[in-house]
Amino acid sequence: MADMKNPEETTKTLSRRDLIKGVIAAGAVSSAGYLFRSSGVRAAQTQSAAGSVERLVTLNINGQQRPVDVMKQETLAMTLRYKLGLTGTKLGCDRSECGACTVLIDDVPHYSCSVLTHSVRGKKVVSIEGLASADGKLHPVQQGVVDEQGFQCAFCMSGFIMSAVGFLKVNPKPTRTELAHGISGNLCRCQDYDKILTALLKGAENMRRA
Amino acid sequence: MAVIRDVMPAFELFQPATTDDALALLAKYGSDAWVLAGGLDSFDWLKDRIKRPKVVVDMSQASGLRGIKEMNGGLEIGAMTTLTEVVRHPLVKEHFSLLAEGAELAASPQIRNQGTIGGNVSQDTRCWYYRSGWKCYRAGGNICFADTPTAINREHAILDADRCVAVNPSDSAPALIALDAQMVIRGPGGERVVNAQDYFVGPDINIMRMTVLKPNELLTAIRIPGTWGGAKFYFEKIRDRQVWDFPLVNIAAAMKVSGGKIEQIRMAVNGVAARPLRLTAVESAVIGKPADAATGEMAGKIAIQGAVALRFNAYKIPLMRNLVKRAIGGVQEAAWKS
Repeated sequence: MADMKNPEETTKTLSRRDLIKGVIAAGAVSSAGYLFRSSGVRAAQTQSAAGSVERLVTLNINGQQRPVDVMKQETLAMTLRYKLGLTGTKLGCDRSECGACTVLIDDVPHYSCSVLTHSVRGKKVVSIEGLASADGKLHPVQQGVVDEQGFQCAFCMSGFIMSAVGFLKVNPKPTRTELAHGISGNLCRCQDYDKILTALLKGAENMRRA
Repeated sequence: MAVIRDVMPAFELFQPATTDDALALLAKYGSDAWVLAGGLDSFDWLKDRIKRPKVVVDMSQASGLRGIKEMNGGLEIGAMTTLTEVVRHPLVKEHFSLLAEGAELAASPQIRNQGTIGGNVSQDTRCWYYRSGWKCYRAGGNICFADTPTAINREHAILDADRCVAVNPSDSAPALIALDAQMVIRGPGGERVVNAQDYFVGPDINIMRMTVLKPNELLTAIRIPGTWGGAKFYFEKIRDRQVWDFPLVNIAAAMKVSGGKIEQIRMAVNGVAARPLRLTAVESAVIGKPADAATGEMAGKIAIQGAVALRFNAYKIPLMRNLVKRAIGGVQEAAWKS
């Protein structure tokens, strides 16, 4: 390699920080190469302009500080699933139309398919993996879903649970109708809404008892 | 359009913390730049590869544009305030519940948690020919695909069409027009303020844009005067599904009634033209008349004058007529007698 032959020039042009960034970026690119294949076009880097963003960011995910290399155009759902391995968050439509990718950002439910990862720097992200306590005890809403067998195929389940957990933070004692309105941004293709509502209401009850 | 399950094509991203920084970026990058508010309209365009901006200016970090404050007996709402924040704000609910109702009927809970009031009024039309990348008038072409003999145009315009038959999809816009709101716009030359009804443009004025906002300008705030605080309000939205869907037709009205007679009124509808329409002919016809079903019936007939149906949207004419009638006479009194 040219770098090996000419170490002086290497030290001149590569700072330690750039080198570390490069190594981490290379790892991320190779592991996510299939998924991100069509985004090879790199927009021109613009240094130090007001509001420009760094690729290496540290995100607060499920209470942990997670350093990750993030592309400018990357959505939070992609980062969670394919960079951080948190595949409990599902991608259904990728167009804000189904709710499967719902996560909490600062306790508020969002479609993670429609959030730029760079915009959650400094915020608290909670995905379905972050609900259970460290000893494995399920969140009261998760327990309600288990108790009532709320879902059929359950692809939409993590989204529904995150929506419900977010809604219950605002309205801890909802009626069935209020809860239905609160989780109306989630779709279930099995059309299991009645059972889902029963299960999530049980979860709300569990939360109040806990 | 096939759904592409993939990330968006690359763009340069800026997240300015202030309006000044954002305006500097827009001045620098010109037509290469795309302004992102909540992103819920934008991401469709970017993911579908229909719009390919080189630079995205994401306003999410501009905290000064977020929040609601009292101002001269009215309110000033920052453009980046989310619809949920608008809906839940005590002053909005107490004095201007018309806006809270309209905003709450938009989209879904998660979208309202992220979608902004500025984005909701500035969003592009939902015409699927246009949004699928067909090169129509609005996209700089020379044809309207939604107004051909075989076009599917159930959701399109019945009024004020001019070559393009797309409609404005905003639920908050008619409420803001009925409340005499003002839009605060900042650009390189400083600040300008336009009335809500003049913020929107039809294809006769500019066939490629929905608002008067220029590419180097930002909508920074929406001001609601105290004028209509506590008036009698009516908002109704008709749509196919009760979540997510844009309005087929919606209506917003603010009325001051004294001794059973309408003293003052503002009324606006959306989903019928490329801009939300303030119904000034209706307003002047009903002043001094009782707020009842008979007045509503008369008003409904006036409202639809000049309406022209396309192949699949004729239902919108009686729908709009009935919504105007109900807005004046109330739901109970207004059951349509045929």
